[in-house]
Amino acid sequence: MKDMRKVSVTVNGKSYAREVETRLLLSDFIRHELELTGTHVGCEHGVCGACTILLEGRTARSCLMLAVQVDGANITTVEGIAPSEKELHPLQQAFMDNHGLQCGYCTPGMLTTLIEFLQDNPDPTEHEVRVAISGNLCRCTGYQGIVDAALDAAKRLQGGKRA
Amino acid sequence: MGMKFIGARVPRLEDPALLTGRGRYVDDLHFPGMLHAAMVRSPHPHARVTSIDARQALAVPGVHLVMTYADLPAPAQQARIPMLVPNPSIKHPLMPYALAKDEVCYAGDGVAILVADSRYLAEDAAALVDVAYEVLPSAGDCREALKPGAPPTHAGIASNLAAQFTLAYGDVDGAFARAAKVVAASLWHHRGGGHAMECRAVIANWDPLQKQMILWSATQSPFLIRRSLTELLGWDEDNLRVIATPDVGGGFGPKTIFHPEEVLVPLCAERLGKPVKWVEDRRENFVATTQERDQYWDIEMAVDAAGKILGVRGAMIHDTGAYMPWGIISPYISSMTTPGPYVVPTYRLETRVAMTNKVGTTPVRGAGRPQAVFAMERLLDKAADALGMERAEIRRRNFIQPAQMPYNVGIISRDGKPVIYDSGDYPGCQEKAEAISDYAGFRARQKEARARGRYLGIGIANYVEATGLGPFEGATVRIGPSGRIFLLTGASPQGQGHKTALAQICAEKFGVGLEDVTVQLADTGIIASGVGTFASRIAVNAGSSVHLAAQDVRKKVIKVASHLLEAAEEDIEIDGGKVFVRGVPGMTKTLGDIARSVAGMPGFALPGGMEPGLEATQYFSPAQAAYCNGTAVAEVEVDIETGRIDVLRYAMGHDSGNLINPMIVDGQVHGAVVHGIGNALYEWMVYDADANPVSTTFAEYLLPTAAEVPRIAVTHQETPSPLNPLGVKGAGEGGTIPAAACIVAAIEDALAPFGVKVEDTPITPVKLLQLIRKAQANAA
Repeated sequence: MKDMRKVSVTVNGKSYAREVETRLLLSDFIRHELELTGTHVGCEHGVCGACTILLEGRTARSCLMLAVQVDGANITTVEGIAPSEKELHPLQQAFMDNHGLQCGYCTPGMLTTLIEFLQDNPDPTEHEVRVAISGNLCRCTGYQGIVDAALDAAKRLQGGKRA
Repeated sequence: MGMKFIGARVPRLEDPALLTGRGRYVDDLHFPGMLHAAMVRSPHPHARVTSIDARQALAVPGVHLVMTYADLPAPAQQARIPMLVPNPSIKHPLMPYALAKDEVCYAGDGVAILVADSRYLAEDAAALVDVAYEVLPSAGDCREALKPGAPPTHAGIASNLAAQFTLAYGDVDGAFARAAKVVAASLWHHRGGGHAMECRAVIANWDPLQKQMILWSATQSPFLIRRSLTELLGWDEDNLRVIATPDVGGGFGPKTIFHPEEVLVPLCAERLGKPVKWVEDRRENFVATTQERDQYWDIEMAVDAAGKILGVRGAMIHDTGAYMPWGIISPYISSMTTPGPYVVPTYRLETRVAMTNKVGTTPVRGAGRPQAVFAMERLLDKAADALGMERAEIRRRNFIQPAQMPYNVGIISRDGKPVIYDSGDYPGCQEKAEAISDYAGFRARQKEARARGRYLGIGIANYVEATGLGPFEGATVRIGPSGRIFLLTGASPQGQGHKTALAQICAEKFGVGLEDVTVQLADTGIIASGVGTFASRIAVNAGSSVHLAAQDVRKKVIKVASHLLEAAEEDIEIDGGKVFVRGVPGMTKTLGDIARSVAGMPGFALPGGMEPGLEATQYFSPAQAAYCNGTAVAEVEVDIETGRIDVLRYAMGHDSGNLINPMIVDGQVHGAVVHGIGNALYEWMVYDADANPVSTTFAEYLLPTAAEVPRIAVTHQETPSPLNPLGVKGAGEGGTIPAAACIVAAIEDALAPFGVKVEDTPITPVKLLQLIRKAQANAA
């Protein structure tokens, strides 16, 4: 018999309530139940980082969690990063300006990982950026555009605070 | 004039959607009533399938279908999946059936496909399909597979030799007889994967209104899927539409290949009358998606006392795995690539292609070239060392000079035509790479480091790559009554920014912005013919088609405007989406006005007896490949206590002709280099002696991460190709090709005090430490 549970969760500021199988992965819940397909699944074993989301503001691999674990939680996915429909977050803009993405598949995980990192370390060195994203695989960019984007975003975000 | 786009670093049109989670990959699509498939795969490298019992699986509520070979339609039972590129030298043109008939030939070979309400349920039920196997002996190592008495990889074949061919020119044995020095090497490049971050994925949906089977696939070549499906199933191609859009998450070669799921999923959708989705998981990607690189080279080089190459000869064994969906393309490319940018007066390479009980091999980024460049460049290093010559210097002495272009290498290509390099400045490119890597300053850096007990080394490697592979790609350019420009092409990107680069070419012709061009691509429903995105071919083929089609439309705009504005064609100018008469202010029409005037009015003739519409289609077909080239310089540090290898600096001199968008080209080079670093140091698809796959997760098979790779310095030399109107060459693979060669050279250079020789890749810390210890023991 299917073991079902009710899950209530807030994602990108919007509340959702669903009844799901207890074995449903959080990544599949977000993608296929909530239809927020920006969060990607690249390995299903927690290594590639494409499925990274922000759970209560901290990064989490949604492929290594069950949907039932997030009952009552606050989640941000890539769809919730930009300040508005028409505006990009400074980090997203930096990715665009520094060619920090090619196929776009790893991008959601890179963005969520870097949002947390730049909050913890607003003025990082290149080495610190490289270590911060070393749990996120990208096959297209060789990481250089992503590293440049992160360093550029750090400047933009700090500039924003000063202003 | 409007903005000059060609050559400009413009941001990509693709990015805003991808950055905000609005990309659409195959698994993001959902159709009402859609069902989900899972595959039942062989756990054995080689076995006879004696029975399949699906009763228990079918009894699970929510399971709709289990399809085995016996359930395939007659054409798919009679014929194997077509080989896309046959070649007369292939003795055993072995291809799989869509599902195993009575024998499985690699661990991962498909035995059945199961369709259920959800993927979770489908995987549960797939585990209940009871397949009885009689395990057979299997062939793992491709060298062993060719020996007499080796287990046959397929029942009923006399030998595992799939193909054999020799590429040769000149009196190579004579050259060796008069050589001042002969150097030899036995080299091995191991198998890895493409490992796009998005695995393969297919949705098939029968549309009863259009009477059309629509296939969404994360493919590099929707047109090749359509062709393979019509060939295999006898379907009418007008009733089959293959779409690889909006987004595909990386390709790197294997997604070019027509895999069995691309026929199985539409067959399931047809049988059930419902949309069916199959998404490959990562473990399946490791066992069932084609791979590349396993090659063993025994090769030697003859040089004169001045370091000039007299000849290169040897033998190579290529592992094609259990099947050969791309024929012998990879080993053939390998054997054509060896001479590279050098004058090699005589050459002979005997190639044997061996079947093994592993998943088939097909081109992965670089496509047979990294192995050949590894062989050539390692021989040059050995020759330089034997002559006491500096390694960059021996290369300078052997370069084909710019004045020798076009240069006939002496090799006959697989299409029967001679290999002729169209253009290039090889000495100039190496000079640029030496400059940005401070090659000249390295020995001082090395000395200083060694004084502090650190082991630094430098390596340099060159390559020449045939890009812009034909036969063609096409583009339609159309201006609608709104004045908007539509660009339609069969090019099928997976991250290369085709939309942006092709819009750049088109927008410039009309002086409009990129946002005024709508680009549609990767869909067999929008243009009659296409090929796909592989072999670094899109800038040359699709780019030139866009250029030519846009030029045709531009000419027509001028002709119509000349008629409407009663001015000479020479006096018409186009800019900012408007048409002007030079020197007559106010005499202007918009592109929309022009389009409407040739859209026609019922009962009225078109102006000037012109053909209707502002539209042109062009299929550019290059006469031959455009040859790009490059030089890579790697600086590494080896920790002699642990075998740890750090790539400290990496520089690339790169010539892919004229650049359409240097930002995109830089990105291609960076990504390709890191793929090559992976091949050199990390990526090892491990099989045991019986061909059981061992490394089937990213925890066991290591892709390079940001923390392992250095900043990559790239400098471009732009030698335009004379063979296409844009003067462009391909840029997607060059970075990968010389990477292993220069990194291994740098490791050997760092360990020169110990005399360590590295003959295979990837070279891992454990393997390197063993070599260091062995060398130390020998010295002691």
